[in-house]
Amino acid sequence: MSPILFWLFSALMLGFGAAVILNRNPVASALSLVVSFMGLSALYFGLDAYFIGVIQVLVYAGAVMVLFLFIIMLLDLKTEKSRRLNAVAFIGGGAIVLAFVGILVNVLGRSPFKQPFPAFEHAGTTEAVDIGMKLFSEYNLPFQAIGVLILVATIGVVVLSKRELN
Amino acid sequence: MVTLNDYLLVSGLFFALGFAGVLMRRNLIVMFMGLEMMLNAANLSLVAFSRFSHSGAAAGHMLVFFIITVAAAEVAVGLAIIVALYRAKQTTHVEDIAKLRS
Repeated sequence: MSPILFWLFSALMLGFGAAVILNRNPVASALSLVVSFMGLSALYFGLDAYFIGVIQVLVYAGAVMVLFLFIIMLLDLKTEKSRRLNAVAFIGGGAIVLAFVGILVNVLGRSPFKQPFPAFEHAGTTEAVDIGMKLFSEYNLPFQAIGVLILVATIGVVVLSKRELN
Repeated sequence: MVTLNDYLLVSGLFFALGFAGVLMRRNLIVMFMGLEMMLNAANLSLVAFSRFSHSGAAAGHMLVFFIITVAAAEVAVGLAIIVALYRAKQTTHVEDIAKLRS
């Protein structure tokens, strides 16, 4: 991926990611997160992970964020009234995040990963074929476990959404 | 030249943004969006490591595939819990929900 595109999409992702936590209106936050995930998907394409990039757009920017918007509008959340800032959460959270970024920069400054990526080799098949083959051979057990998980989650959501729990 | 280091830096910064969202915002739905951002930041570093260590679709891609699936299920359940909470309390603000503190 050319450096210009990489930094462009990174800036898009991080900029709209910051907009998610700075916006006071939840709808604006959710829409910023959609744009942020689009930037992330472009970064996946830059890493030759085309299937993951497409899944990112379909599942996250498509399904998950629509679900978020649906719930926000269902609950009819207005823009938050300007409450007094919770000083403990704000200062403590800010200090922890700054410490995290400090450690990150420190560690990455000494990291051994500064050589460029190896050349991408086409294996003859597309990446989606490769993932599909692995999914039904090597990773078949986790795949079926995921199926059970989604079934349980679906039943759980239906139970939680009933008006009265007995 | 873009190196693995740059991807890890961007991924870490995105994680920090999500972390800040969870710690500083008091709206449950926005906190939940912060959680999603942290999951996606981890996914980005997994794909970058996968591309770095192996030239085809590797175990990293499979792991990301499963993480995305589990995250989708988690969002569905989490939002259902938020809706149930809203029905009981008419709020999504964590400071208004202090039932355990009593």
